[in-house]
Amino acid sequence: MNIKGTVIKYGDNVDTDVIIPARYLNTSDEKELAAHCMEDLDRTFVTRVRPGDIMVAGTNFGCGSSREHAPLAIKTSGIACVVAKSFARIFYRNAINIGLPIIECDTDAIDEGDTLEIDFDKGELHNLTKNTTAKFAPFPPFLQDIIKAGGLLKSIGGGK
Amino acid sequence: MGMTMTQKILAAHCGEKHVEAGQIILADVDLVLGNDITTPVAINEFKKAGCTGVYDQNKVVFVMDHFTPNKDIKAAEQCKQMRDFAREKGFAHHCFDVGEVGVEHALLPERGMVIPGDLVIGADSHTCTYGALGAFSTGVGSTDMAAAMATGKVWLKVPSAIKFNLTGKLNKHVYGKDVILHILGMIGVDGALYKSMEFAGEGVSALSMSDRLCIANMAIECGAKNGIFPVDEKTLEYVYARTKRTPVVYKADPDAVYERVIDIDLSAVRQTVAFPHLPENARTFDEIPDIPIDQVVIGSCTNGRLEDLIIAADILRGKKVAKGVRCIVIPATQKIYLEAMEMGLLKDFVEAGCAVSTPTCGPCLGGHMGVLAKGERCVATTNRNFVGRMGHPESEVYLASPAVAAASAIAGKIAPAE
Repeated sequence: MNIKGTVIKYGDNVDTDVIIPARYLNTSDEKELAAHCMEDLDRTFVTRVRPGDIMVAGTNFGCGSSREHAPLAIKTSGIACVVAKSFARIFYRNAINIGLPIIECDTDAIDEGDTLEIDFDKGELHNLTKNTTAKFAPFPPFLQDIIKAGGLLKSIGGGK
Repeated sequence: MGMTMTQKILAAHCGEKHVEAGQIILADVDLVLGNDITTPVAINEFKKAGCTGVYDQNKVVFVMDHFTPNKDIKAAEQCKQMRDFAREKGFAHHCFDVGEVGVEHALLPERGMVIPGDLVIGADSHTCTYGALGAFSTGVGSTDMAAAMATGKVWLKVPSAIKFNLTGKLNKHVYGKDVILHILGMIGVDGALYKSMEFAGEGVSALSMSDRLCIANMAIECGAKNGIFPVDEKTLEYVYARTKRTPVVYKADPDAVYERVIDIDLSAVRQTVAFPHLPENARTFDEIPDIPIDQVVIGSCTNGRLEDLIIAADILRGKKVAKGVRCIVIPATQKIYLEAMEMGLLKDFVEAGCAVSTPTCGPCLGGHMGVLAKGERCVATTNRNFVGRMGHPESEVYLASPAVAAASAIAGKIAPAE
């Protein structure tokens, strides 16, 4: 799988309270959630995000609450992939489980507005603006199976 | 190579003699938990996937604690969806509603629903609280919850661990909350990312169960997968008073491998406050200037237990909350509410000028029952002080113990207990 998109960049410790504030969690409607995505950190996000954009951040992305509404809001807003130096563990699980692509790699040299092309099979992130390439480690096989199946529930065959 | 306490519990739940850090396992779950924010998403996913029944009607628990008593129509609809699902799937007895509900991580231990050796997952990040009881417990998302409701299993990556070697005893007015804020100040909000925080050492025995529950509760604030305490006489006394099930006690192997060992002298921990907007911004009172406040919240899964209310009431008794400060006290469960009433604590609070609420997570996450306006400052015994956590994105939350919160309510500014 390959994607190409424009970078929207944030810093370290982007928490799930700023990704989707709890005051909007009285619904699980993904479009309603996406309308408030990143609101407490960046009020301009929802107006400037374009389908296929790539969200880039520093360490510990998605820390805090377990709300799956956070990756859901990001995914529904049109973001094609989140690239961060590290992810908080529940966000990491949730992203895999709902099928939001995420990548762990160094992001210091990536700037707002850069164009990235990501080759998931080769594990390469090309910064077309800066003409650089970074490598990232593929997911362990067990997680790849979940991703290939289209999410956790599909991978377990729907339960009983 | 030896295993940590966490690794031993995980091995026992996936039928392996030995597991090691980094290994991915499919583990059997003793209890699956969800609240009124995360469960509706789980129910939707459960149905979308064509699942029909839950794997065990005695091992799925719904706790409607976040936006309850229902704060608006949408919140009411979410709770209704949970009630209907629990009834339809035959576990209405495990669907805790207004009148019997409490803040989930205070309620489950209180009712003896988690015991040493259990493996518990919950669609709530503070599920890690039960590590205080010698259980493995961790927060997951709604899809994980849906899968576990259907199959009784969860995928987990076996964590490595940091060992916290506790020595000494806490000084007067210093509590578990100060310990975990002190640790957060040392290692930061990603200091234990993906790892276990295993507490050990002779200092453990001096910590009350309430302090241990508070410390394990905030392991997630360090990025940890779980926080866990060894099982001792205090744990067993607590558990036997609440359950007829038999605890399984796991101990870390003497040759268990830890990524790092951190020594904490409990007698050196001082009253600590975490400044906005990260729990790692820990400061002691020699570093705190005069900061006027607008609100105090005493409650939550972190500090809403009876012991916390006793600490706060001892400070507030016979005093008055400063004019201009709203002090909101929230007993975490109905049982705590009743005990606080019988002990006269609620009278102390009301006479001091506090508002006392029915159990709810409410203000902790800016849901209801104490939302902050622009520019307002709150001292809270809760667990997070992120931007906008308790209301307006330009409000500020200062995390502290019930003692500091009560002293601050009286002083009208952030103040130590004396």
